[in-house]
Amino acid sequence: MITINLAMALVVAVLYSVGFYLLLQRSLMRVLIGVVVLGHGTNLLLQLVGGPPGRAPIVGEVPAGALVADPLPQALALTAVVITFALTTFLLALGYRSFVLVGHDEVQDDVEDRRIASQEVPAGGLDDPADDLAPTSEGSDK
Amino acid sequence: MTQQEDPTPFESWDRPRQAWLLSGDCRGVRQRTLLLEMTTRALFPTVLVFSLYLLLVGHYGPGGGFAAGLVAGLAFVLRYIAGGSEDLGAVVRIRPPVLVGTGLAVALLVAVVPLAFGLPVLSSAKWALDVPLLGTIAVQTSLFLDVGVYLLIIGVVIDLLRSLGSGIERDMREEGEQA
Amino acid sequence: MSALLALPVLLPMLGAALTVLAGRSAALQRAIGIVTLTAVAVIAAVLLVNADAGGPIVAELGGWAPPVGIALVADRLSALLLLVSTLVTLAVLVYAIDQRIVDYGRGAASTTFHPMYLMLCAGVSLAYLTGDLFTLFVAFELMLTASYVLITRRTSAIRIRASMTYVTVSLMSSLLFLTAIAMVYAATGTVNLADIAGRIDTVPPGLRTVLGLMLLVVFGIKAAIVPLHFWLPDSYPNAPGPVAALFAGLLTKVSFYALLRTQTLLFSREEPWTLMLVLAVATMLVGALGALAQNDINRLLSFLLVSHIGFMLFGLAVFDAASVSGAALYAAHHITVLATLFLVSGLITRRTGTVALDQMGGLAKVSPALAALFAIPAMTLAGLPPTAGFVAKLALLQAGVAAGPWPTVVAGVVVVASLLTLYALVRVWVRVFWGEPKPPIPDDDPDDEVIVGTARTSVPMYTATAGLVAVSLAIAVFAGPLSEVTGRAGTDLLDGGPYRSAVLGAEGER
Repeated sequence: MITINLAMALVVAVLYSVGFYLLLQRSLMRVLIGVVVLGHGTNLLLQLVGGPPGRAPIVGEVPAGALVADPLPQALALTAVVITFALTTFLLALGYRSFVLVGHDEVQDDVEDRRIASQEVPAGGLDDPADDLAPTSEGSDK
Repeated sequence: MTQQEDPTPFESWDRPRQAWLLSGDCRGVRQRTLLLEMTTRALFPTVLVFSLYLLLVGHYGPGGGFAAGLVAGLAFVLRYIAGGSEDLGAVVRIRPPVLVGTGLAVALLVAVVPLAFGLPVLSSAKWALDVPLLGTIAVQTSLFLDVGVYLLIIGVVIDLLRSLGSGIERDMREEGEQA
Repeated sequence: MSALLALPVLLPMLGAALTVLAGRSAALQRAIGIVTLTAVAVIAAVLLVNADAGGPIVAELGGWAPPVGIALVADRLSALLLLVSTLVTLAVLVYAIDQRIVDYGRGAASTTFHPMYLMLCAGVSLAYLTGDLFTLFVAFELMLTASYVLITRRTSAIRIRASMTYVTVSLMSSLLFLTAIAMVYAATGTVNLADIAGRIDTVPPGLRTVLGLMLLVVFGIKAAIVPLHFWLPDSYPNAPGPVAALFAGLLTKVSFYALLRTQTLLFSREEPWTLMLVLAVATMLVGALGALAQNDINRLLSFLLVSHIGFMLFGLAVFDAASVSGAALYAAHHITVLATLFLVSGLITRRTGTVALDQMGGLAKVSPALAALFAIPAMTLAGLPPTAGFVAKLALLQAGVAAGPWPTVVAGVVVVASLLTLYALVRVWVRVFWGEPKPPIPDDDPDDEVIVGTARTSVPMYTATAGLVAVSLAIAVFAGPLSEVTGRAGTDLLDGGPYRSAVLGAEGER
């Protein structure tokens, strides 16, 4: 019977919960931390799956009785770590850029979405008055 | 007249050839940490050599191009922390994109070369060289791929330091000047 | 032949490295980009011909045989989509290059645009060609990371919001993908697609469903299937014109390809897939109805893009050889036509200086060429008879009607969604091309790379768009041979045998 380490499974669960919770925040800094935490959870999960099921993808002879860790999940986790590293720095740069441009790093509402949602006549006639600019005020009190 | 016999001024004859982390030469107005700077002086070359070691043993032991590149990158991070962007700019004269491009190109060329010998992409071969005094040295051709990755990662880390480190510093300085 | 297989991935990467090195010579960068993509297109054509004649082509990276090593596989479906995608990337690159020349002058080099564009192409090629679930993840990351950079370049305050949504949602789906891979590996002990296909039968049915659903959610987010589509109409319209065309043409279709590949190879089923039928209906209707509410031309096209993902999902949901073949044909046609429409929209917004439909008008008098360039892909997307869209849609409908009562009902929804598409596009036509010409609205900030420009278009931009229109017409003209190829591809996909023996049989020979 296949068993897994319950403590590790719980750690993965906590990391995923925390990660997803942070991902739902508006501030990009928290989203960034969420991505990092979620990435750690995923990598830990990748490590955990190197357990008993499946055979170790080793070519050649494994000494009899020797305990061999499955190297494939480690290779996968390494690749995943590299990718998460790159994307974390990217998000960091993006958050900074947003801070420079907007003054904060919070994700804003979609102005056009708000405008369409607040329209009286959904499809609109062919002779609509032109009102596509600066609809923020009418959108926010929807 | 001793001064005519020795034309080199006193300050410059024992001046270190490398222009970084100089004790008497304060660039910028930022606060400096003497302890960190001195440690960095000792650590920087050591860490670079260690990264080369990791690069070379990577095929059989722990290490490889990526790990070695990150370690070398950390050496530059240390210098950036100790000496600031001026110091980093003084030592890294190559533009980081050039490092990144060269590294990527080297790695990819190494990957493609086996095709010319009718082997699958990314195949590696073992070269045994008889070097006098040192004996036989076996080199895996995948080492060259690792060298490419090494350059690539160093370039990326320096580029990050340039854009996220000194770039932000510069922005803040400009803002401070405006305000 | 297998020597050629890695080149569609490695050549664009090498091109990217060289364009970084040639960071100061704009002409050299342009030349590298175009030469690389042309070479890839030729290789893709050769691969398609050979894969169609001799079955899947397999290349083992580093000589490590699957399932241990990573294998690249080109079968009919992947080679066909690779060819079409590369033609699209080539045309979009020509367009983008020319837009850059118009906007910034001939000497303006960029250290990010060309490398990232080529990296994205490499990622797309790898996603089509890989025979390995984890390499598929790497391919998606390559593609998406490049797309993050392309969508956030020269961001203005307005655009950074859309980029943040896009990046965050994509990142989350990537991490979910990784989780799904970990689960698949835990259950089967391998990440090689062909090997998983052989072992998935030993997995308990409940667990198999979980794995299938996880992969469905992952690719569903990336392919904008309806409950998971919300990020797309939010982010694509804010990208610069050519970049939006590239994304609209490729990214969602690559995800659909991954969905098609994984679901047919790993989770084969005998009868139509009810859940997918429901998703297809939702996607088609929400997309088409959403498009009707839009006033921004790019948002309208984005919603139509979502809607037409549903058409392909319908092909996958029916789950027989004919319908899957129809979905493959539809994907090939969809890649070209959406990229074309976004390029045309780029031209329109540059002529008029606005993206708001109600501020445009009379463009048919000002620029008949533009009107023709819009009309042909619009008719293709709506699926009017002589076009490629009609051929692909007909294949889907026939397969659906033949499959049973529920697929027939959904086939009716396909027709309704097509009519809604037609209605949305006719609205665009009436507002943009008919009526009295209005003067272009000046760009209030000419320095940023915002989609609108003041009447600054050039002949090569039209030529590139016309080239894509020609590709889509060619799909219609060669619909016969193409649907034979996709028909064989569909049979292969559902059978799975040729794919598995091509990948794993190579292990036996060694």
